[in-house]
Amino acid sequence: MAQPLPPLSRRRLLRGLLAAAAVTALPSPGGLARAAEPLTRELPGTGEALPRVGLGSWITFNVGDDPVLREECTAVMAAFFAAGGRLIDSSPMYGSSQATIGHALERLEAVDRVYAADKVWTSSPAEGPAQIEASRQAWGVPRFDLLQVHNLLGWEGHLETLQAMKAAGEVRHLGITTSHGRRHEEVERIMRRVPLDCVQLTYNIVDREAESRLLPLARERGIGVIANRPFQRKRLIRRLAGKPLPPWAAEINTTTWAQFILKFIISHPAITCAIPATTRVDHVRENLAAAREPLPDDAMRRRMADHVRGL
Amino acid sequence: MGGGAWWSYRPEDLLMFSPRVYARLFELHNQALWPAQLLALALGGMALVVLLRPGPRGTRLVAMLLAVAWAFVAWAFLWQRYAPIHWGIAYVIPLFGLQALLLVALGSLGGGLRLPGHWSVRRGLALGLFAYALALHPLTALATGRGLSGAEVIGLTPDPLAMATLGLAAAAEPARRAWLLLLIPVLWCLLSWLTLDTLGDRRAWLPLLAVIVALAARLWPRAPSPG
Ligand SMILES: NC(=O)c1ccc[n+]([C@@H]2O[C@H](COP(=O)([O-])OP(=O)(O)OC[C@H]3O[C@@H](n4cnc5c(N)ncnc54)[C@H](OP(=O)(O)O)[C@@H]3O)[C@@H](O)[C@H]2O)c1
Repeated sequence: MAQPLPPLSRRRLLRGLLAAAAVTALPSPGGLARAAEPLTRELPGTGEALPRVGLGSWITFNVGDDPVLREECTAVMAAFFAAGGRLIDSSPMYGSSQATIGHALERLEAVDRVYAADKVWTSSPAEGPAQIEASRQAWGVPRFDLLQVHNLLGWEGHLETLQAMKAAGEVRHLGITTSHGRRHEEVERIMRRVPLDCVQLTYNIVDREAESRLLPLARERGIGVIANRPFQRKRLIRRLAGKPLPPWAAEINTTTWAQFILKFIISHPAITCAIPATTRVDHVRENLAAAREPLPDDAMRRRMADHVRGL
Repeated sequence: MGGGAWWSYRPEDLLMFSPRVYARLFELHNQALWPAQLLALALGGMALVVLLRPGPRGTRLVAMLLAVAWAFVAWAFLWQRYAPIHWGIAYVIPLFGLQALLLVALGSLGGGLRLPGHWSVRRGLALGLFAYALALHPLTALATGRGLSGAEVIGLTPDPLAMATLGLAAAAEPARRAWLLLLIPVLWCLLSWLTLDTLGDRRAWLPLLAVIVALAARLWPRAPSPG
């Protein structure tokens, strides 16, 4: 007698998808599976080696409970993990993105695989713990790996909460975020005053304010740096689209502007990882592939920045 | 957005979802409600007929129908579909509830609303707006390439509902009541204009135009009543 398909078969299907994505993410025949592993960098002082390209979720994963779009996001995450990715970044500010991530983590059975980076985003420190718990449930993870105070909102109270949580083993790492080059002086003050594992800020080949003070300070104080808005929310990619890559881009093995930009970002010695967001499986693969040797040295980085400025 | 001076944000920094996700809201909404669209259009058509030959009872009926629609859209569209992808919508929902209450209160208590029976520029613009919201606005989905599956139908989605309410309030008397009824639909249309414009939707100017038409109708010098 025909039996209804057990729910597990869907899950198996998705695991198959993950495996298939893994296979297609492998380099051409002759390359080894290990070659597909992205480069990692330690989150300073934590022993946690993170792949140098992660995944953002602002806008791209805010798809409500639309079943079609959720499956597309699941496919992006499957390809991300298959290519060796681990850090995914979200926030309660991102609408349904946390729930989309939680849905995909469950479908892909990837809760153990992910490095879960989320934020607390409320002006009231008293509301922080409840918001963090709601976020945790949306992700479906036992605890967050990293919790960040989103845009410094209510940072003093939240950092106290996060420090207490870290001491109690309820979160592994803590940090603060900013973007668009905003409030760097305040970020600097906090970096000097409070022990942080990580700061998140905007850094890319044209937004380089952080190079003058924050990135050197992060190195000095052993604080990891997550680079957000690597593509200026695609504006940068659009600006460069249609212009040919310089021939010398081949020296760092880049074939697209996205990789050119990512390699520039992650080759800065203070940057732990960049977190581009995408809705596309081919883009997530392309982005992860940027976290491979060869990365540009100082001279090459200058050349890259000069070239983009001149376009 | 927490932190950072508010003026340093562009509208696109505040937009939380992609055009595709926004379009899918309407497709899924239509799928879930079909064939309620037919009922909504029929009731809208009936309201238009009533507005064409207004009497106290008919006007009250139209106000009540619109009140029910504001409450329904608040629950079925804003709460169930839109709020999950935009936390700001949680603050808009009470305003939709308030608009429903205003329509009930101002449309029925103490004499309710009156609509002029004679033709005037004001009445022409107001009825034109209502008719547009009912019959033409759903078809604009075709211009986006979405197809009618993404059509925005009066009574089920906020834009045509707000536009139709603007139509009623643009023509109604007494003026003080009418202005109160205009406020929330105007705010919604302005929000919708900003949202659509940021999404790059070619129809962004339509809600803005609806506001301009409604205000022009409202402020148009009143024709001397015959006799
Ligand atoms: N204050 C904060 O804490 C803060 C602020 C901003 C951002 N963030 C975090 O940082 C993440 C990244 O920033 P973002 O999302 O604003 O912008 P982003 O990552 O610079 O840009 C995302 C856009 O780039 C496109 N893209 C991705 N990979 C591509 C590729 N290989 N080729 C061409 N286009 C590509 C995507 O479009 P497709 O879908 O077509 O690929 C997407 O529209 C956010 O998602 C969020 O997690 C945090």
